[in-house]
Amino acid sequence: MADRPLKVLIAKPGLDGHDRGAKVLARGLRDEGFEVVYTGLRQTPEMIATAALQEDVDVVGLSILSGAHMTLVPRVTALLRDRGMDDVLVTVGGIIPDDDAPALREAGVAEIFGPGTTIAQVATFLRANAHPRD
Amino acid sequence: MAGAAARADELADAAVAGDRRALARLLTAVENGTPVAEAAMRRLYQTAGRAHLVGITGPPGSGKSTLVSALIAEVRGAGRSVAVVAVDPSSPITGGALLGDRVRMQAYAADDGVFIRSMASRGHAGGLASTSTAAAAVLDAAGFDLILLETVGTGQSEVEVAAAADTTVVLEAPEMGDEIQAIKAGLLEVADLVVVNKGDKPGAQRTAAQLRAMLVATANRDADPSRPRPKRPEILITTAATGAGVPELLVALDRHRAAGREGVSAGARLARAEAQVWAIVTDRLRERLHDESNRAKTRATLESVAAHELDPYAAADALLAGVGRHDPD
Repeated sequence: MADRPLKVLIAKPGLDGHDRGAKVLARGLRDEGFEVVYTGLRQTPEMIATAALQEDVDVVGLSILSGAHMTLVPRVTALLRDRGMDDVLVTVGGIIPDDDAPALREAGVAEIFGPGTTIAQVATFLRANAHPRD
Repeated sequence: MAGAAARADELADAAVAGDRRALARLLTAVENGTPVAEAAMRRLYQTAGRAHLVGITGPPGSGKSTLVSALIAEVRGAGRSVAVVAVDPSSPITGGALLGDRVRMQAYAADDGVFIRSMASRGHAGGLASTSTAAAAVLDAAGFDLILLETVGTGQSEVEVAAAADTTVVLEAPEMGDEIQAIKAGLLEVADLVVVNKGDKPGAQRTAAQLRAMLVATANRDADPSRPRPKRPEILITTAATGAGVPELLVALDRHRAAGREGVSAGARLARAEAQVWAIVTDRLRERLHDESNRAKTRATLESVAAHELDPYAAADALLAGVGRHDPD
């Protein structure tokens, strides 16, 4: 069905306790017509990959404000690849220095959303780039 | 269609062999009602029927997800595998959904004996998604011993889960209502087990005592057995957040299942079959009313009803007569 909602996992990896942004985005994407799975704080890369696999999501959105993105994000993308989920769109939001962006893209991140990004911008990007499941 | 059948066979066989990604893909197909899902159900349905299907329902915030998480730990401790289908509501306005039940269930990521799947209700009223029962059948065929069907937060009349499950657990929170609430018709009538959760809160014992008095002690024991009767549930107290009372809940679930095996569950299975087939009938009917050949007529008929030119009964008859002539394939 062409008109089925895209399914998005919003996850907070690592020990960062700031989830207001992730919650606002989860709710905002809900209002944009997405089915959003939210898994809460302090997720390990393994938890995120397992949730992505069991939920068969189209998109994994990682929210990181702790500065640990260079460690955590490549772990998540590697686990997704290991499990055959390399067709899942991975995006990162939070505080990510510009200098780190090329390495994250190299690791498989499709887009990085920094402060000031609107929910509509995120929704538009996901609709244009995610591959819905059959 | 041949492609769908081959894909369905491939996914179904892999899912049964333990491939979790194939299982997840199959569940997506089921949710989306694709030809792959239909072909896979045809292949798998006869191997399903071994799992214990347990429905977990109750008001929003009563602790369903926390109890499911505590039950997972208990069931895994007993060496059994467990799958969860957790339903949250879809927005009637945007079609979007926030699926938040996993928040309480993330401790089992490394355990292959646990599989958790969130589902949006996608416009289906009644507490489940229209495809939840089919999803449970796929998980059943994949070999899970116990399948927990967690409904959306329910009110008084979302009783659909009782037809979908072998055993229905209704959660209550302490002090949610008086004895009159306990004797109202609806959700509590279909409970096999009523669990007063948040047992560490004041009033839990009193709530359980009131429920016991109203649902169990006052049940009419001389009623004509040939007439339909509400169930006479067992009342338990749990504190899901600490795990207190959860071992007793698993024992009660097993006891109910064992009792069901001895005879009373034939009716429940028939009710489930009926609910499942009806869901497909209504889905197909709705699809057909909106397909290429009927869309214009459906729209015009609905507009006539909105304008009070046609009554809803005549409209329904007219639409049904139209699709009755449809010859699939």
